[in-house]
Amino acid sequence: MSGASRVVAVLAWRNLWRNYRRTLVMLLAIGTGVWAMIFMSSLMRGMTDQMVLNGLAVLPGEVQIHHPSYRNDPSVVNSMSAPGGDLLAALEKPPVTAWAARVRVPAVIASERDNRGVTLLGVDPSAEQPLGSLPDEIVEGRFLADAGDRGVVLGASLARKLDTQLGKRVVIMSQDPQNNVADRGSRVVGIYRARLASNEEQFVYAGRDVLQEMLGIGDAVSEIAISAGDYRQVALWAPAIIAAAGPDLEVLTWMDLDAFLASMLNLQDGFTLILMVVVFLVLSFGLVNTLAMAVFERVREIGLMQALGMRPSLILYQLLLESLYLLLLGLAAGNLLAWVTIKPLESGIDISGVAQGMEMMGMGTTLYPALAYQDMLMSTVVVIVLGLLASLLPAWRAARLDPVRALNKT
Amino acid sequence: MNVTWLLAWRNLWRHGRRTWLTVGAMVFCNLLLVFMISLQLGSYQMMINNSLAMVSGHLQVQHGDFMADQRMRDTVPAVVALSDSVRAALGVDAVAARGQAFALASSDDRSFGVLLTGVQPTLEPQVSSFPGLVNRGRYLRADDRDAIVIGAVLARNLQVDLGGELTFLGSGRDGSFAAGIATVVGIVDTGIADLDRVVAQVPLTWFQDVFTMGDHGHAVVVRLPELDTVPAAVSTVQGLVADNDSLRVLDWEALQPGLRQAIQSDMASNWFMYAVLIVLVAFSVLNTQLMSVLERTREFGVMLALGMGPGRLARLVAMETLLMAALGLGLGLFFGALLIWYLSVAGFTYPGMEEMAARFNMGDRMYPEVSLLALAWGPTTVFVFTLVAAIYPALRLFRLEPVAAMRAA
Repeated sequence: MSGASRVVAVLAWRNLWRNYRRTLVMLLAIGTGVWAMIFMSSLMRGMTDQMVLNGLAVLPGEVQIHHPSYRNDPSVVNSMSAPGGDLLAALEKPPVTAWAARVRVPAVIASERDNRGVTLLGVDPSAEQPLGSLPDEIVEGRFLADAGDRGVVLGASLARKLDTQLGKRVVIMSQDPQNNVADRGSRVVGIYRARLASNEEQFVYAGRDVLQEMLGIGDAVSEIAISAGDYRQVALWAPAIIAAAGPDLEVLTWMDLDAFLASMLNLQDGFTLILMVVVFLVLSFGLVNTLAMAVFERVREIGLMQALGMRPSLILYQLLLESLYLLLLGLAAGNLLAWVTIKPLESGIDISGVAQGMEMMGMGTTLYPALAYQDMLMSTVVVIVLGLLASLLPAWRAARLDPVRALNKT
Repeated sequence: MNVTWLLAWRNLWRHGRRTWLTVGAMVFCNLLLVFMISLQLGSYQMMINNSLAMVSGHLQVQHGDFMADQRMRDTVPAVVALSDSVRAALGVDAVAARGQAFALASSDDRSFGVLLTGVQPTLEPQVSSFPGLVNRGRYLRADDRDAIVIGAVLARNLQVDLGGELTFLGSGRDGSFAAGIATVVGIVDTGIADLDRVVAQVPLTWFQDVFTMGDHGHAVVVRLPELDTVPAAVSTVQGLVADNDSLRVLDWEALQPGLRQAIQSDMASNWFMYAVLIVLVAFSVLNTQLMSVLERTREFGVMLALGMGPGRLARLVAMETLLMAALGLGLGLFFGALLIWYLSVAGFTYPGMEEMAARFNMGDRMYPEVSLLALAWGPTTVFVFTLVAAIYPALRLFRLEPVAAMRAA
């Protein structure tokens, strides 16, 4: 058997090249199809990654801890004391790579010209830095120096709407735990630019210690944001944090915090598969056709082989093998082409021409295609499994030819 | 001539299965294209109309600087009078005046910064779908003064319910201190958290009093029955406000620049997919025609030897392709029309669409665009590319040497 199958393997390979033009056209088709599958899914993956990363940078962190009522009622009343004991211990050890405790309260900011409702963030810059939650770019001035910095940092878009600028004073007003309006005047020490203009308008940064003093809440914070690097792995380490935080605090992963982001991620995987299957279906007509032709021109030859005692199963095997070679070659070409075309693009494609449209979908102005081995693997599996299934029909017909009739066919 | 057509037709059916498979590929691809294109165009219409109906309307008259920075002082003078004259000039009812200001809203326990919108209670329901979404209490009425309708998330955050009072602190148009108290009469729950967090509407007259606006407002909003009437309406309104340089007429693309771009970027990624499908079908046709030429080398050799020119042979092959492509086109159009008809009756939905719909402000069912463009674009393009794919096999005929061809295996 092993000798026979080796012969069949060689036969299948040689048969493939008997009509090299047909094989090349088919290879071109499979290669293009596979390339398109991977290229499109890497674009999609890049877009989703971007959406999730942007979302996480705003949240921020993959896991957050709040007072149980905070999410429904984001008021300073629902603060919690700074982490200590077990929780602090859990936050300080791997896999947690960064964590930050912040004050996050709704506030009104007023310049001498105008005022706006914003979200006031009291941050400790040295803790936020590794979390990646600080503004991408400071366009004027500087960011806060430390948690005790008495200045505020505004988004460029907000500064324009408030008609204020670097060095001017603004008044921030929020509510203290006794429901009185707490306010203080602060100097604008920095102006930042964010990837999404809506974030620029929403978030105002101030020193954490300064806000705690203004609101009279001691060392209490609104939110603890925790990150461990890969957002897809969050389920592995979140339980340890939940246990350490105890029953009095609410610990949620980003999937709970932003259900839309999580559903986007699931939707993307489903979409990628559908896309690949659709492309393959169009491809499969050509594949079946090619194989059916290959069988048709070789009817007499197959009859002869059967007459000489070759079992039908070996003929089936031979034709499937021929199809498999074709698929594998096409896959190799397509994957290679995808790698060659996507790798140089991974540094980013400028799509600022449609920036505001992308912003509606939570994306920035640059698209970063992401070539993921899962997508390459998925396209390979889809093409081989469906390809062999599609080849079964012509191969089956060939294996069931009647030798006598086949031999007499002109 | 007739003989050549007949010959071409018969040649097609010498390999019936092969021809059907190739035609099948075309028809399948045609159906996919019809399906995707018609739904795509349909969803854009829906997206545009729904988004515009929610807040912005199809066109607005604003102060020239208001759009970019939304500053309090960039106002439209005599806004109600202007709105009335726009209504008269356009002959549509759905024209309303608005004003907006940021203020600190406080209930007994909580304070939040909100964007207050002053609206004309009787006219607002005609320009915006928002008033119809009030699901607790009622919308504003013509005789309301210090009444307010707010979003459900805002109500929860402020911990107020129907009948509760909200205090507003802000600054007026002249920079003076502005304060007012309003009673919650309605709560809107659209299910879109971003909207429910920010909506706060009060009667325009009260708004003008509190924020010392006089007869000023910030926008005249127009909702039109059809998208394609927008350009005409814009020029009409432009004529009305020509005597005031500070005012500008903005159409929906200027009001929501993201919308057009979202559609463009979506289109771009879809065109890529369509191009791939069409190229794959073209390859399939190329292969079939190449096979059918190669296997007839001897036959063509004989025909050449008998004095038939290679041009005529090439025409024969081209006719075969044309017949096959026409078959694909015809069947594609027929089944495509059936598909569009079915979708326009039944609608189309997919798992996870509801969340997307909530985010992008769309209905939870998509309906296709029923138009000749949506139906014919895909099949016609496939038809053209099929013909292009047959050029290479046909060109090979010109390189055929009769003697060598007749001896070919």
